[in-house]
Amino acid sequence: MVNELVQGILLGCYYALIACGLSFTFGVLRIINLAHGSIAVLGAFVVWTIAEQWNISPFLALVAVAPFMAAAGWVLQRTVLERSLRSGALTPLLSTFGLAIVIDNLLFSKFGADTRSMAPNIGDLAFASWNLPGGVTIGQLALLTAIVAVALLGGLQLFLARTPLGRAIRATAEDPDTAELVGIDSRKVYAAATAISMVTVAIAGTFLALRATFDPYAGSAQLIFAFEAIVIGGTGSLWGTLIGGIVLGVAQNLGSQISPQGFLIGGHLVFFAVLAARFFIAGRSPGSLVRSLRRTSP
Amino acid sequence: MTQAQPIVVQRWNVLSIAAVTSLVALLVALAFGPTYLGPNLTDRITTLFIYVILAAMWNALAGYAGLVSVGQQAFFGLGAYAAIRLSNAGINVYLALALAPLIVGAASFPLSALALRLRGGEFAIGMWVFAELAHLSVNLDGLVQGETGTSLIALSAFAPDVRRACNYWIALALMTALVGLVFVLLRSRTGAAIQAIRDNEEAAASVGVRVFATKRLIFVLAAAGCAAAGSLTLSTLISFQPKTYFSVQWTAYMIFMTLVGGLGTFEGPIIGAVIFFVIETIFGASGVWYLVGLGASALLFSLFLPRGIWGTLTDRFGIHLMPVGYRLRFGSGEPR
Repeated sequence: MVNELVQGILLGCYYALIACGLSFTFGVLRIINLAHGSIAVLGAFVVWTIAEQWNISPFLALVAVAPFMAAAGWVLQRTVLERSLRSGALTPLLSTFGLAIVIDNLLFSKFGADTRSMAPNIGDLAFASWNLPGGVTIGQLALLTAIVAVALLGGLQLFLARTPLGRAIRATAEDPDTAELVGIDSRKVYAAATAISMVTVAIAGTFLALRATFDPYAGSAQLIFAFEAIVIGGTGSLWGTLIGGIVLGVAQNLGSQISPQGFLIGGHLVFFAVLAARFFIAGRSPGSLVRSLRRTSP
Repeated sequence: MTQAQPIVVQRWNVLSIAAVTSLVALLVALAFGPTYLGPNLTDRITTLFIYVILAAMWNALAGYAGLVSVGQQAFFGLGAYAAIRLSNAGINVYLALALAPLIVGAASFPLSALALRLRGGEFAIGMWVFAELAHLSVNLDGLVQGETGTSLIALSAFAPDVRRACNYWIALALMTALVGLVFVLLRSRTGAAIQAIRDNEEAAASVGVRVFATKRLIFVLAAAGCAAAGSLTLSTLISFQPKTYFSVQWTAYMIFMTLVGGLGTFEGPIIGAVIFFVIETIFGASGVWYLVGLGASALLFSLFLPRGIWGTLTDRFGIHLMPVGYRLRFGSGEPR
């Protein structure tokens, strides 16, 4: 039981990692990028290809890929998101959904239906674990994922609170027009935010490929997990996303104790329970990023 | 000297009378379809009717109520599942197929209380999560046997020819009824409320439109309509595999049809469904590139032609075939 809880928490940290970029873009741009999961899987495929081709560690491949993902994020913002944002609240959903279909099927045409994993590329790390008293097992890779997730979320929070670009992003998230008045180029800020988000997506995609298998159509499941983590934790708050991910992971692990299908059902049920609680018990109070950002500023 | 010109409120004009007349003539001609279309074509046109239903329902939801859902496959799948369940309980199979959408529509009512409080993207993916949950729950039913699926065995009691013609007529009748219902809704007082919500929710609420109740009406209608499409699809395919029916692909098709035809127009989704039907017939076999094309079209239309083909045409030339709105025209008097 204790072990299940620990495994759930570790799994939840992975969900927080995959949700990080989605939470960040949602907080800054106020849109939900429906291509988020597909882009993570795209990142996983790119990292996998480089690691295989040059026979290097996936972590080294990730470092090489990260700048390109940042550039891709910049382009994505300038070509798709910026235009979508101008034409109303619904358009970003439609355009990013179309983009997700394009990415999934292009990946399928290039890589086929085979499921892949990068676990063989990291040797012992994939399966080594520590046995703790009380029957608790902690996988080294799972712990590394958790450390990266916490470091990334904490790093982003610090970045937003302390750096000039972070301040510009917070200002733009709150009110782009007023931010323009004090000399902030909101187009640049949005593009930078999307670039940062894409780097976190590449990191998440790499960990997806390390800890499990992936295939061209794996994106939609990742999008759903990421979204559930965000909603459970409270929309737009980065630390909330970590808590949301952990709640989701624990619920899934407990669900799987009841029945094989209980893994996914448990997660979905907690998601709806949290929504219902949010609307009917606590009243409507979604913590917005702006509010949580204000709290972090001195 | 300025004198106010008399203004006439107009609903019908020559064009819309001609359009409605030819539409009725087309429907009458289609009603005799099975007598002159071959078996293959009868099946294909039945599929087209299902596409029109799906597109019209998604458009009612997104184009009028402003609710983009990525989870309409939930109702599509539940419609088919409800028909299987009812038929298994000993109810006449065609009655089961007809009752299924009503049951799903009724079931969507309590769901709306939760779903309609979500905004924008939250609603979109929230509905997707609901579809996943519905899929997993249906898999738990012993009758369905997980992903193996089951069949609507009772239908095999009918000869293939009879079944084909029945499917065709039921699909035609349901399409006419559902699209007709949207037409009547749009022309009614509720229609004015719906279009006001589409244009600006807060402003609509401020002039006394009951936003939540109106949205809920559309939500339930779209759920029942998608369930009808699911139950019709089951009647043509007979087999029920949860994976096929609860696939997000169905919503992708709905989005494509509505976006290409014209989001938020009455005629657009019907045109979009015909376009999709033709594209599918020609390119459907080319697999993955066909899907890439659909996704790319949805992306490009949403960015560069957000009003779709029909919406762009009406904006440019002011053509309105179906009299769902009003027009103001200067009455008699000298034009200046």
